[in-house]
Amino acid sequence: MEYPGARRPDRRRTVDRHGLQLAVWEWGEESAPPLLLAHGGFDFAGTFDVFAPALADGGWRVVAWDHRGHGDSEHAVLYSWDADLRDMLAVLDTVSRRPIPFVGHSKGGNITLQLAEACPHRVSHVVNIDGLPSRNRAPDVADHERTKMLAGELSGWLDFRRGAVGRARKPGTLDELAKRRQRMNPRLPLDWLRYLVTIGAREDEDGWRWKIDPIMRFGGFGPWRPEWALERLPGLGAPLLAFFGTEPEPMGWSTTPDSVARYMPAGARMEVIEGVGHFIHIERPREVADAVLEFLS
Amino acid sequence: MTDITWLQHAKVTLALHRLREGDGNRRPLLLLHGLGEQAPAAPPPETAAWPGPVCALDFTGHGRSTIPAGGGYTSELLMADVDTALAELGEATVVGRGLGAYVGLLIAGARPELVRGAVLADGPGLAGGGGKPSSPHVPTVEASDGGPPDPYALVDLSRDLRPPDYAATFVRQANQLSGIDWPVHVAAIGRPDWLAAVVAEPGVREASIADALTHYGQENEPPVS
Repeated sequence: MEYPGARRPDRRRTVDRHGLQLAVWEWGEESAPPLLLAHGGFDFAGTFDVFAPALADGGWRVVAWDHRGHGDSEHAVLYSWDADLRDMLAVLDTVSRRPIPFVGHSKGGNITLQLAEACPHRVSHVVNIDGLPSRNRAPDVADHERTKMLAGELSGWLDFRRGAVGRARKPGTLDELAKRRQRMNPRLPLDWLRYLVTIGAREDEDGWRWKIDPIMRFGGFGPWRPEWALERLPGLGAPLLAFFGTEPEPMGWSTTPDSVARYMPAGARMEVIEGVGHFIHIERPREVADAVLEFLS
Repeated sequence: MTDITWLQHAKVTLALHRLREGDGNRRPLLLLHGLGEQAPAAPPPETAAWPGPVCALDFTGHGRSTIPAGGGYTSELLMADVDTALAELGEATVVGRGLGAYVGLLIAGARPELVRGAVLADGPGLAGGGGKPSSPHVPTVEASDGGPPDPYALVDLSRDLRPPDYAATFVRQANQLSGIDWPVHVAAIGRPDWLAAVVAEPGVREASIADALTHYGQENEPPVS
């Protein structure tokens, strides 16, 4: 299936992370200077099929990988933020030992910020596409209410884990999968989502299924506090270019320039793209790619 | 050699050891080991007076349970390991050492109807990675030699963050939803920040493991069916 401007990667390889196989995808000349592209949660590298070629045509070797359990990477037994960070470093080790630019969307952008702090000698530039942390919290509720809310989240998650043995994703036609995805990506054209099905899903005898590990689910709980990531932002040493959309949507981080302005490192550039949602680089690939190429030049 | 029941938690096979039969009509005791440890071969002496069965779980990556590829451990995942054991055992009283103490607290808050008392004791991995992030680094992890414990478990679970207010939330849930007077007993002498916050909550009492088990054992009437 084709989509206007979309181009599959020029190369595919596998990185073995202590027995876990990660799918790595590259666009552009192998001899060109490399940059690393990190997708968001519940996405996969193929969602960069329009954006990545635009960067590659600007003279870059664009390297992306499918996070564990996503796309064509192996389904892991365990998932965690630190594991994703280690996987990212394992991919980076096969690309360059010198500092290179990173472009990350959503969760991929947030992991990049953490890598830039832990390994500043590996990161030359940071481009963040709606992946900056913010202080957004649920509105204040009474203590008892909050406990009940957490209790529901906890038992719901545990019940889901109890039912997880042998769980498979629901099969459907190509169109059905595209429409299911549109609930979480309501601003993206259905033709684009159909195109994504042909990459991010596989066709079994009883229909198409998204490849993503069925053990993964939205929501959750845990000890992480968004302000921890916020407090690290001012110390970022690499130049930062951050993109913000203006339209709220289900997968969005709802981070506004105002909410993070006081945390931004000196010289950081904030680009607000009017009239787009969370997937800024998919809604406006040319505009975002041009700004990134100019930032890296 | 203990009697092992094999349980499936998603892609992990967990070993649930039965250390002592006890009175099968009484509530079982479930032991949770510390970081890098495994289920003991025999019931510890402080459990001698427990009237019901005594069981012990090997966490993911430990003992006889599955060692997964590529790490990614969290205490919340281990809490779900314990929930898998509770699906088999039904109501149980939990005694955790170190890491197992923290996980025991989590499951006491998350399954207040199933955990009839949690005893938190000293042991490896009691502190975790502290209450908030310290200077970040990405640790190198040696490949596993195939045997337990999984090196990734040692790295991930010695770094996992345990904010005191997060730990306290689980105590409050156990208090409000378990319907028992003292849902948590702290036997540990160590006081990492999360445990200090737990001790400060209502419904938490400090006592030795044996005394705590005497208390929960007295409440341990045969279940009404």
